[in-house]
Amino acid sequence: MALDSKIPKGPLADKWTNHKNNINLVNPANKRLIDVIVVGTGLAGGSAAATLAELGYNVKAFCFQDSPRRAHSIAAQGGINAAKNYQGDGDSDYRLFYDTVKGGDYRSREANVYRLAEVSANIIDQCVAQGVPFAREYGGLLDNRSFGGVLVSRTFYAKGQTGQQLLLGAYSAMNRQIGRGKIKMYNRHEMLDVVVVDGKARGIIARNLVTGEIERHSAHAVVLGTGGYGNVFFLSTNAMGSNVTAAWKAHKRGAYFANPCYTQIHPTCIPVSGDHQSKLTLMSESLRNDGRIWVPKHMEDVKAIREGKLKPTEIAEENRDYYLERRYPAFGNLVPRDVASRAAKERCDAGYGVNKTGEAVYLDFASAIQRYGKEQAHVKGLNENDAALVKELGQEVIKNKYGNLFQMYEKIVDQNPYETPMMIYPAVHYTMGGIWVDYNLMTTVPGLYAIGEANFSDHGANRLGASALMQGLADGYFVLPYTIGDYLSNDIRTGPISTESPEFEEAEKNVRNRIESLINNNGTHSVDYFHKKLGKIMWNKVGMSRNAKGLSEAIEEIAALREEFWKDVKVPGEAEEFNEELAKAGRVADFLELGELFAKDALQRNESCGGHYREESVEESGEQKGEAKRDDENFKYVAAWEYKGEPKDAVLHKENLVFENIELKQRSYK
Amino acid sequence: MNLTLKIWRQKNANDKGKMVDYPISGIEPDMSFLEMLDVLNEELINKGEEPVAFDHDCREGICGMCSLYINGEAHGPDRGVTTCQLHMRMFNDGDTIYIEPFRAAAFPVVKDLVVDRSSFDRIQHAGGFVSVNTSGNTIDANTIPVNKHDADDAFDAATCIGCGACVASCKNSSAMLFVGAKVSQFALLPQGQVEATDRVMNMVKQMDEEGFGNCTNTGACEVECPKGISLENIARMNREYLKASFKG
Ligand SMILES: Cc1cc2nc3c(=O)[nH]c(=O)nc-3n(C[C@H](O)[C@H](O)[C@H](O)COP(=O)(O)OP(=O)(O)OC[C@H]3O[C@@H](n4cnc5c(N)ncnc54)[C@H](O)[C@@H]3O)c2cc1C
Ligand code: SF4
Ligand code: FES
Repeated sequence: MALDSKIPKGPLADKWTNHKNNINLVNPANKRLIDVIVVGTGLAGGSAAATLAELGYNVKAFCFQDSPRRAHSIAAQGGINAAKNYQGDGDSDYRLFYDTVKGGDYRSREANVYRLAEVSANIIDQCVAQGVPFAREYGGLLDNRSFGGVLVSRTFYAKGQTGQQLLLGAYSAMNRQIGRGKIKMYNRHEMLDVVVVDGKARGIIARNLVTGEIERHSAHAVVLGTGGYGNVFFLSTNAMGSNVTAAWKAHKRGAYFANPCYTQIHPTCIPVSGDHQSKLTLMSESLRNDGRIWVPKHMEDVKAIREGKLKPTEIAEENRDYYLERRYPAFGNLVPRDVASRAAKERCDAGYGVNKTGEAVYLDFASAIQRYGKEQAHVKGLNENDAALVKELGQEVIKNKYGNLFQMYEKIVDQNPYETPMMIYPAVHYTMGGIWVDYNLMTTVPGLYAIGEANFSDHGANRLGASALMQGLADGYFVLPYTIGDYLSNDIRTGPISTESPEFEEAEKNVRNRIESLINNNGTHSVDYFHKKLGKIMWNKVGMSRNAKGLSEAIEEIAALREEFWKDVKVPGEAEEFNEELAKAGRVADFLELGELFAKDALQRNESCGGHYREESVEESGEQKGEAKRDDENFKYVAAWEYKGEPKDAVLHKENLVFENIELKQRSYK
Repeated sequence: MNLTLKIWRQKNANDKGKMVDYPISGIEPDMSFLEMLDVLNEELINKGEEPVAFDHDCREGICGMCSLYINGEAHGPDRGVTTCQLHMRMFNDGDTIYIEPFRAAAFPVVKDLVVDRSSFDRIQHAGGFVSVNTSGNTIDANTIPVNKHDADDAFDAATCIGCGACVASCKNSSAMLFVGAKVSQFALLPQGQVEATDRVMNMVKQMDEEGFGNCTNTGACEVECPKGISLENIARMNREYLKASFKG
């Protein structure tokens, strides 16, 4: 099958409007005859479910948590972008589009990204109307801040809990529709297969996680808003339950999986402290607005720090290496995530890491505290030379901006970040790869859609901060509700879809067999044992920097681990009950397949781009010496994989990326 | 650290349930409480026993999924944190720790330490929203300025994570803090004014139907709330309710 991205013709800025004007609509009376399944109730799925229900479709929504309000989106901290230009600093749809394409290292689709920028302003209006309490200025207007990789302030936020507030907004919109009976909500349900009838997605198989019952659910279309798969690394900033199962099952039913190796490594996370660790905690990137990143210049200082003989605050200014400011004078501490992460790794690999494991750098607020303190003293007409007063006033400002993040840090690390610099290190955060979709957000399976982090479309090889929330809500509130109508307009006479067909039968049997083999396996090792092993392979060989040898080894090792898993995993308890281990086992089994495809994808992409650093592809000379080297000539495409059984047999399809509005350039932040 | 855990085990909602002792060793002070339970579960699985079921997801103190009643306190002994943010450095070597589910008639036990908090959702279905279409045809967000003070108060109320610690720590199992927080958020914003009357009436009605008790102003909820939701929100809800009752 040739990949058809269905990008509308015409000038970039008119594509979406023209497309909307030309696609088929479903008459409101007919919408009542159509059922849509939405799997996932994060920002993408939640906003989609609410909007589709509002339009009049019958929606069935699923999530594995006990309430839609707990979806992983709730954890997003820093903010959401929108080209409102409220600050008058030169923002526009075009500039947001440009920053996003450039930030993504020219590996995303122009048309999708432009549409994203275009609807972004609407998102803010929508959320404010729903009662989302964004941060405001004293004059009562909305406040903004800036994020890595851009030079304007376009990020809207609600302290460090933006995702929470946006998700509660979508959740409340869902609640309204649940109250009206237009959404039927299935909490604590896990989708375990997609059902394809006559080539179209017509339903899902789900497991009730409380009773263990296997259920069939039919619909005229299925939407997956099931999030990302960063947990393939075991340790990540993702919630514990985040998984690839829904996307992987869709892949096995014919949906191509695009750019699986595109992972974002976030530069500001709390470093790993020991083997017992179950997950990593992100410190919002917004901290880089005020925090300066450094390591000691001299090895003897590093040693003294590690031995506890020296405190970071005792190291003189001239003995500190503010390496981001040094290497990237134009963007400094605000370089994009991939650049900041790599630079931290470079310093730590060179031996300058500041914690026991040598995998941490400092994020220091001392100069911001000084600067704000002086400003406050000036505003209040107090003595700007009173050091204690200045510090107190400055800390107050920092507390107002980042208080909850500082508190979170202190709880975990047991150090007061107002007094001593934070320690941070990069961690797996977000997956830009995902199910391949066309401009309408439809996968290669007709009637099966993917939105939010579950799809691949808008972020390219690297996601700029505050744009995942934007994409999730854009897809759910404003894009999918239009584009799905085009498809569903052919279904107004179809009538309810039966769950008694052989296809449902087969899919259900499939699911049951798998559960039975997991439960009856009676091996010797727990699910986590395998998951941790997989994570180690992924981080060491498929992580922040990769080479052909390591990737080939990883492919072999993952295949071997998968075999061992199926022979030796032990899942206690029964199938027909609340059984977390069983649910986890199914997810890890899927990670063990995805992981291999991930490594295979990384191996074929012999270029460095975004968070994906190939040691074989580095700038050899000039101003950019040592920086990642992208190879547009050979790799300006989306890698979309077709399922053919074992991951090693997956077939590569290429969607060539066409750039008509942006000139591809070396991505320089110097 | 070596510890003795006394954990509530209950196979399902119909089972009677009982406390079971588990000695555990090799716990590090910088582990989180849930990581300590992970260690226990790994041991249980290796011994061929069933692991202890408990709810959790984000492990960052924001999703509201984790619960646990630890040594008689919702979310344990530390202040202002959820169970996933509680660290073992809060305990001493040799301690005995009691771990039970959040108990309330409106939160039936699902298994072991997992409870069903969907009553909270149903209260929200009854009115926890602003009835605005998700059409994108809304007015520009800056058309209605909101005074910073109100916006900040609304935000503080909106930070409730729906964990249920307030209910679990209340001797009456009242859900007033939770409901008060949501009512307050909307009451403080111009967007929430239009349907304020119906909202508070409907949510309170549903709250009563779910079997939550009455508030007797004990204040235990505020003390145990991991997000510092203040009793002021209950007072505001009472004022809203009174106002609505006069109108209605
Ligand atoms: C700590 C942190 C901070 C972040 N900060 C920011 C930020 O400041 N700005 C920004 O733009 N982005 C941020 N992000 C990224 C952003 O939060 C996510 O990319 C985004 O929220 C994903 O939304 P989603 O709706 O696609 O998926 P999710 O929110 O992950 O939702 C997935 C949903 O799918 C359901 N689900 C999954 N599988 C199944 C299944 N098999 N069956 C049934 N249901 C299933 C889940 O129950 C859930 O409801 C952050 C992420 C993290 C982890
Ligand atoms: S009010 Fe506090 S304790 Fe109650 S549910 Fe909300 S966050 Fe939890
Ligand atoms: S696990 Fe999310 S709040 Fe504790």
